[in-house]
Amino acid sequence: MSRVLMRGNEAIAEAAIRAGLKCYFSYPITPQGELVEYMARELPKRGGVFLQAESEVAAINMVYGAAAAGVRTMTSSSSPGNSLKQEGISYLAGARLPAVIVNVMRGGPGLGNIAPAQGDYFQATKGGGHGDYRLIVLAPSTVPEAAQLVMLAFDLSDRYRVPAMILTDGMLGQMMEPVELPPPVDEATIPEKPWALTGAKGRPPNVVRSFELEPRKLKEMNLVLQETYREIEENEVRWEEVETEDAEILLVAHGTVGRIVKTVVRQARKEGIKAGLLRPISLWPFPYGPLRRLAERVPTVLTVELSAGQMWEDVRLAVEGRAKTPFFGELGGVVPTPREILSEVKKHVPA
Amino acid sequence: MELGVIFAGFGGQGILLAGKVLARAGMDQGLEVTWLPSYGPEMRGGTANCTVVLADQPIGSPIVDAPRALVAMNLPSLDRFEPRVAAEGLIVYNGSLIPRDPKREDVQGIPVPVNDIARELGNARVINMVALGALVRASGVVPLEAVVAAMAREMRERGRDRLIEINRQALERGFNEAEKLLGDR
Amino acid sequence: MSQLSTQIPEGYVKVFSRPRSLSDAKYTYCPGCHHGIIGRLIAEAIDELGIQERAVGVAPVGCAVFLFRFYNVDFVQAAHGRACAVATGLKRASPNLIVFTYQGDGDLAAIGTAETVHAANRGENFTVIFVNNQIYGMTGGEMAPTTLPGQRTVTCPEGRDVKLTGHPLKVSEMLAQLDGPVYITRQAVYDARHIQMAKKAILKAFRNQAEGKGFSLVEIVADCPTNFQMSPVEANRWVVEKALQYFPLGDLKVKED
Ligand SMILES: Cc1ncc(C[n+]2csc(CCOP(=O)(O)OP(=O)(O)O)c2C)c(N)n1
Repeated sequence: MSRVLMRGNEAIAEAAIRAGLKCYFSYPITPQGELVEYMARELPKRGGVFLQAESEVAAINMVYGAAAAGVRTMTSSSSPGNSLKQEGISYLAGARLPAVIVNVMRGGPGLGNIAPAQGDYFQATKGGGHGDYRLIVLAPSTVPEAAQLVMLAFDLSDRYRVPAMILTDGMLGQMMEPVELPPPVDEATIPEKPWALTGAKGRPPNVVRSFELEPRKLKEMNLVLQETYREIEENEVRWEEVETEDAEILLVAHGTVGRIVKTVVRQARKEGIKAGLLRPISLWPFPYGPLRRLAERVPTVLTVELSAGQMWEDVRLAVEGRAKTPFFGELGGVVPTPREILSEVKKHVPA
Repeated sequence: MELGVIFAGFGGQGILLAGKVLARAGMDQGLEVTWLPSYGPEMRGGTANCTVVLADQPIGSPIVDAPRALVAMNLPSLDRFEPRVAAEGLIVYNGSLIPRDPKREDVQGIPVPVNDIARELGNARVINMVALGALVRASGVVPLEAVVAAMAREMRERGRDRLIEINRQALERGFNEAEKLLGDR
Repeated sequence: MSQLSTQIPEGYVKVFSRPRSLSDAKYTYCPGCHHGIIGRLIAEAIDELGIQERAVGVAPVGCAVFLFRFYNVDFVQAAHGRACAVATGLKRASPNLIVFTYQGDGDLAAIGTAETVHAANRGENFTVIFVNNQIYGMTGGEMAPTTLPGQRTVTCPEGRDVKLTGHPLKVSEMLAQLDGPVYITRQAVYDARHIQMAKKAILKAFRNQAEGKGFSLVEIVADCPTNFQMSPVEANRWVVEKALQYFPLGDLKVKED
């Protein structure tokens, strides 16, 4: 078992290569630059294709082409670039193409800045592009978890033929932590893709498309998609609970904020405050059920987020009035320290 | 055990590398570690800092409110981070460039003339390892040998094998400098 | 599905038939539209080169949006303008495929200019069939980047004013300046001779790809009777008399090795 000290961006890249990545396309942007650099350096050596696209629009469409060819493919960017990819992501979803999209979020809106933020939660989990679609959205909180979730993202995306997104932020992208890298996947275990465009040899032609002019048929396609989404909601909800058994205040936080809150829980407990944490790992499907069950007995559910309250909406949907649902958010790339969050916690527990 | 250290200085003083070498040494010792840089355009020319956490249990926050140790390579860094150091914490500061001692009475100040030492060693760029050596002695968080080994591997990976020896000397000089000061007390 | 008998009666010899790689789906084009002829030429070229089992088409958004129905080859539908990026991904993932895009002037030269220029500049080893009909056909006859000066469309009802909306974009001339492409040519299909020449160009473009030479683009100056509000004959004449004034035919770049 050898641990390597790696940046989040690099661990994501390495894990993707180990997941059998064959084609990676992207356009440089901070704070995910190391991911592009790593791919440029490593992927060609290991039998894959690296191409720097002329724009994020082109990058996501190159992914669309490579996915149609049936290979494991990925792109990565940060918030502004990810906005440009929304068109292509909608097409991937409509054409049922598996692909992995990484968004290392930064402060917005607009050009914003390059500091960590979680303001793309809506875009990632509620659609983002046009049409009725969902992405599988996974939010790592540590560098090793990022590596694990990248491998999982490829598997889930192939299994359900739904694009998957790794939603993280500049802090995780830039920080280093020891990682024990998962072994490369045995490519024989990657699901067959009989729908892929390999040339119509000995079979009728395959067509990859989202386009269907006939409303009833497009409705059918949509219903199949929705059925797949229900299946994913059934099987793929992932979350972590910390000290929830006797919690009198439950914090909900995802990604890097989730790990900061772990420190907050520890410090609060030292001061006699029974705090707990629910950290959604899959942001879609969101852990509505587990959160609802906890809200049955915890009087206060405090959401902490690097946004003005995007995930908070899902928290309130889950809690549905069973508990108080205060919110603490930071904006513009400002990251709260454990102490700042702890003082917020104290406002909501009886002294 | 959980030790948070902030390394701060001018861009180009090797702050990020000093933090990384410490993190690597900690990892090799079986500890959990995180290394979090301040990043962005201010990295070149301006000030740079990174936060390293070493712990014997999983690390929650890589951001530290009150670091147990500060390595300040210039005056702005001391001004900025001194107030945040935990009570009973320690501050390793660059005596060659910083004209004052820490104002706090509840922390231990360790002045190290890192630029002078580096100059004596014949390479101005090893100031970061001098400072790290002093921190290693003062904090006792990892053995010096582990830090030397981590530094050597880092240099090798960067194709800078020829710099291993001078950086080893720099670590030792910094370590001994702290030893002298702490022994005095 | 064709209702006609495909039986060849005794004593007759078949001299003209549907190319094997063209499916029996009905075209969705208007009467007199050149898209249909061009579509057939591609199928003939695929047959003659024996690449049906390796060919993958990239369908555009435009009047050719149903392109995937018309061929017995694998197809992917691209977003409007993105065909060259999609083809890049496909070809890079599977270099053994013979990949072609088929794009209108709105698709290739307006919304997809960047993707086109950069694919050409990288010398991507695929084939582009570019149908320049000087108008947005599918959406109802709006101005295209290739619309001629003075030409009326629903979005320049007084005729294209170059002071306001610029000049017809000469894509092939632009791309021919780049070092990436190996073959850039402009053809037409308004009469039998030019149809044969266009076919030769398409064959060459595919052959270039099969031989690994790089990016080839065949522009075809076409008509749009419906949106020109002309009869097919008049629209054909428009191509010869008007369009070719701006878009002269011939090879713009042929890189021999
Ligand atoms: C992003 C986007 N914008 C606009 C459209 C609408 N649209 C469909 S086809 C088209 C123009 C087609 O013109 P051209 O590429 O010249 O092909 P033609 O129909 O003339 O063959 C437009 C604007 C679209 N599908 N997607």
